[in-house]
Amino acid sequence: MIEIQSIKKSFEDREVLKNISARFDNGKTNLIIGQSGSGKTVLMKCIVGLLAPTSGKILYDGRDFVAMSKKEKALLRREMGMIFQSAALFDSMSVLENVMFPLDMFSSMTLKERTKRAQQCLDRVNLSEAQKKYPGEISGGMQKRVAIARAIALNPKYLFCDEPNSGLDPKTSLVIDALIHDITEEYQMTTIINTHDMNSVMGIGDSIIFIKEGRQEWKGDKTQVATSDNQALTDFIFASDLLKKARQAFI
Amino acid sequence: MQQLGVDSIGIVLMISFFIGAVICIQMKMNIQSPWMPRFTTGYTTREILLLEFSSSIMCLILAGKVGSNIASELGTMRVTQQIDALEIMGVNSASFLILPKIMGLLTMIPVLVTFSMAAGFGGAYAISFAGILTPEDLTYGLQHSFKQWFVWMSIIKSFFFAYIISSVSAFYGYTVEGGSVEVGKASTDSVVHCSMLILFADIFLTKILS
Ligand SMILES: Nc1ncnc2c1ncn2[C@@H]1O[C@H](COP(=O)(O)OP(=O)(O)O)[C@@H](O)[C@H]1O
Ligand SMILES: [Mg+2]
Repeated sequence: MIEIQSIKKSFEDREVLKNISARFDNGKTNLIIGQSGSGKTVLMKCIVGLLAPTSGKILYDGRDFVAMSKKEKALLRREMGMIFQSAALFDSMSVLENVMFPLDMFSSMTLKERTKRAQQCLDRVNLSEAQKKYPGEISGGMQKRVAIARAIALNPKYLFCDEPNSGLDPKTSLVIDALIHDITEEYQMTTIINTHDMNSVMGIGDSIIFIKEGRQEWKGDKTQVATSDNQALTDFIFASDLLKKARQAFI
Repeated sequence: MQQLGVDSIGIVLMISFFIGAVICIQMKMNIQSPWMPRFTTGYTTREILLLEFSSSIMCLILAGKVGSNIASELGTMRVTQQIDALEIMGVNSASFLILPKIMGLLTMIPVLVTFSMAAGFGGAYAISFAGILTPEDLTYGLQHSFKQWFVWMSIIKSFFFAYIISSVSAFYGYTVEGGSVEVGKASTDSVVHCSMLILFADIFLTKILS
């Protein structure tokens, strides 16, 4: 479980995050939704420590992350996996080497065990046939799946995904969503997902916070989205006419 | 990581060979005159190569080749979030990425500098066999009042230059923010600043070591 308390973040004099508090439970896919530029990536970077929040508290199962020393942070990070918007695979390494990398760095396994574990992870994301390829040679959807395999190689307790569906077609997006959701339940991870994809919201939104201009505007889950009377939220989720009609019909 | 240096052997040998040859021709044609001893050409060619060309000029060229390579590689890793990915895994990305590059260049560049000296002399001999001066005169000139210290001076200088190239270009690449335009800019900036630092360092080192 991850808890954030009154997170604020400013760049120079611009306040990007204005007092955000939330709780992300384990075994669930927790969504942070909002328009482009609303501050989702900044919030996630604050949670994982790539940016330092201007003020606020971040608790990983009660452990205060902001107050930790550099060494303690590095240790805690071995319990984290992250999938970046651009997949961020190491392009000088093959798919298998990418997935093995965290194992090479941090596990005491033998080469054989590490290879086996990496292959297991690739199997889990249905990519065992691509292990010899390089990131430049596979499709965006496959890259994302490799990134997922790499993120779960060390059995993390916390999984972060920044717009895992960006740049993917709707069908591939559903596959990625389902994969993240299943893995989260399987390993009882605390998973946080940034997204503005309405399919993800309705599909895997076990818990949702909606951010607008750096403020937390709404929270709930996928069953409450359609019936919410929050205007900003319905405008964001049901943006097109088609979706507006679908919502009317649903209600 | 050693790739950085090994890949440069070809260009170093080629440039040094031709410059060695050209210096030799220039010395013979334009500097040497009848009342100078016949070893002048070999002697001056050697001094130019050892004192300045094989260390400083070679490192300026390597700043262009290797420095821009390091800056753009690290810059691309930064903008495609590969560096963030390392950080998230708990890897100290700066030391993981930059230290091997510094160590790699500190070992490779002095080696390249000695290769450059050898290739330069090779170029000079090639010219002597082409008939502009006799190989005997050249050999005599090359050996005439030879100071071993000059070779060491070149190698010592090259350690400093290697450190400048690797650390400056790594700094520019590692700290890129933005996209491909910024990566390109970081790569040019790193070459410009490496070159300037090498030139300044050259003045001080020459003063201190001579
Ligand atoms: N490093 C930074 N420096 C200054 N402003 C930034 C920085 N990173 C993000 N921002 C600003 O913060 C706002 C939120 O950005 P971001 O979190 O990336 O949005 P998104 O919700 O699309 O992920 C944007 O307006 C962006 O310009
Ligand atoms: Mg974003």
